Amino acid sequence: MKRVYAREEICGGCKLCEVHCAVAHSQYPNDIIKAFLKQKTKPIARILVEEGRPISFALQCRHCEDAPCTKACITGAMQKDPVTGIVANDETRCVGCWTCILVCPFGAIKRDESGHKVASKCDLCATVGGTPVCVQNCPNDALVFTDELWRR
Amino acid sequence: MTISMSTPDFLIERDRDRCIKCQVCVRQCANEAHFWDEEEQKVKANDALCVDCHRCVTYCPTHALTIRKYPLEFRENANWTASTIKAIYRQAETGGILLTGMGNDRPYPIFWDHLLLNASQVTNPSIDPLREPMELKTFLGRKPDQLKVEDGRLVEEIPPQLELEVPIMFSAMSYGSISLNAIKSLAAAAERVGIMYNTGEGGLHKDLYKYGKNTIVQVASGRFGVHPEYLQAGAAIEIKIGQGAKPGIGGHLPGEKVGLEVSQTRMIPEGTDAISPAPHHDIYSIEDLSQLIYSLKEATQYQKPVSVKIAAVHNIAAIASGIARAGADIIAIDGFRGGTGAAPLRTRDNVGIPIELALAAVDSRLREEGIRNQVSLVVGGSIRNSADVVKAIALGADAVYIATAALISLGCHLCQKCNTGKCNWGIATQNPQLVKRLNPEIGAERAANLIMAWEHEIKELLGGMGINAVESLRGNRLMLRGVGLSDRELNILGVLPAGE
Repeated sequence: MKRVYAREEICGGCKLCEVHCAVAHSQYPNDIIKAFLKQKTKPIARILVEEGRPISFALQCRHCEDAPCTKACITGAMQKDPVTGIVANDETRCVGCWTCILVCPFGAIKRDESGHKVASKCDLCATVGGTPVCVQNCPNDALVFTDELWRR
Repeated sequence: MTISMSTPDFLIERDRDRCIKCQVCVRQCANEAHFWDEEEQKVKANDALCVDCHRCVTYCPTHALTIRKYPLEFRENANWTASTIKAIYRQAETGGILLTGMGNDRPYPIFWDHLLLNASQVTNPSIDPLREPMELKTFLGRKPDQLKVEDGRLVEEIPPQLELEVPIMFSAMSYGSISLNAIKSLAAAAERVGIMYNTGEGGLHKDLYKYGKNTIVQVASGRFGVHPEYLQAGAAIEIKIGQGAKPGIGGHLPGEKVGLEVSQTRMIPEGTDAISPAPHHDIYSIEDLSQLIYSLKEATQYQKPVSVKIAAVHNIAAIASGIARAGADIIAIDGFRGGTGAAPLRTRDNVGIPIELALAAVDSRLREEGIRNQVSLVVGGSIRNSADVVKAIALGADAVYIATAALISLGCHLCQKCNTGKCNWGIATQNPQLVKRLNPEIGAERAANLIMAWEHEIKELLGGMGINAVESLRGNRLMLRGVGLSDRELNILGVLPAGE
């Protein structure tokens, strides 16, 4: 399946991926200013730039083949789509028990407590379609979206 | 310490209705002009630290930022301008030489902008380069005095030549003055479009040997990174005598920029200053230069053309004649507007002469002496666009060197702070955090695009003149007319005034 890979050697750590991810998953996906200034709670990015200067790279859900979060989910909200391979959280079923956060080997799941508590994670912009917004908006092409295992 | 009289040069304006507090600007500014106020939960700015490089403006996702000239005015004075007064304040505080980067920014006349090109009308047809072949291929190097032909075959031995698809090359910028990613960008672009880039005197990094056939390796007064494989690695060798931005001045790469890789490439200890002497200490005459030229030719079995790069100075024509006679295959002349990674401000702004006049004088002199075929002329020092290239070739150049334009294609915004090592665009810096901002794949594509765009434009301009090969334009000063120039200037340029 196509995944997002980070190219650590050219990631400048600007975190524009976080900004655009947060906007795409906000109440105003097409208006960056409204998403940040009008939405009652601060929009949450589902991608996280890990930093220890000069090293930085963006991390998001790896959509594991054998995803531990899907096994750990107590309500069946976290499911891996057998066709697309995308691991997605059904927020209507999620009860916010955070078990998925405990078992995620990448620390790629965040808590979203803006509404009823749910786990917030990368959905590869499946709802938007096409290339994920983080990849589209990386100013240095430091994120690639490919079905090959990315090697430097 | 007493109060500083220096005031900010720029003002950072932040539109609070647009700022989403994402702090991209804070993370992008190596000068730390933007900062996050945790207590007030606001992004704020220290204007005095801003160098107007536009990194934050370009990266701000909501276009909330504008940089303006700081509005504080001195009492109007045509003689004592703000920059003059501020320079004195700085020197009164530091007691030091003023340093700067990039080329001369003073309002000296730009002769390119006083030269106009011809076009065909009625009496001779113009050519459409989209429909008909157009030749820009250029060979640099010594051309034989005559061509010997026996039994219908060329038997003349042709000296080594540099082959260019477009008469443009990236001029010398060393590894140390610019980042490895910037050099990789230029090297890959040069390979893609069939031209040359130049190592400067920083040696050749191990990752760059694969670009050898598109590389001119430089030998300068510091002899950094010069060894037999280095000389063999390139397509040509250039002896650097001088640089347009700082004629008569050497170079100084401060120790903090000499990290492990720079030190290995330059073959000097890590963390030590790399000082290039002002003169080559083995060259005090044309005869000495000749010795070095032939030493280098000997070291490379006479297989590579040798170029000599000099700054355009007053007696340029006679100097160039001497260099041609010393055995150089190419003379590269750098005009007084040429850029630099660091130069004393007063030298940069006051030493040397315009490349347009230097080129015309040298080309005329070499023709008068009947030795023009012995050398190719390459000129640099602020070639800003394809029209400048065409005008340079019409004035007598074989090819041009571009560096500032190439860096602008990589993202340079001409903030003139290369010497500080804090280049926010990842170009003139060795800070790994900043270097990685320049993705060499993107850089190569942008620099190659620039050359391809200029190639198209040069073909259009040639076609308009009814010329289908750049060879027919070379030294064809009848294709130029001068406007707003004195008789004396027209005379030196060898160009008729418009209307004549």
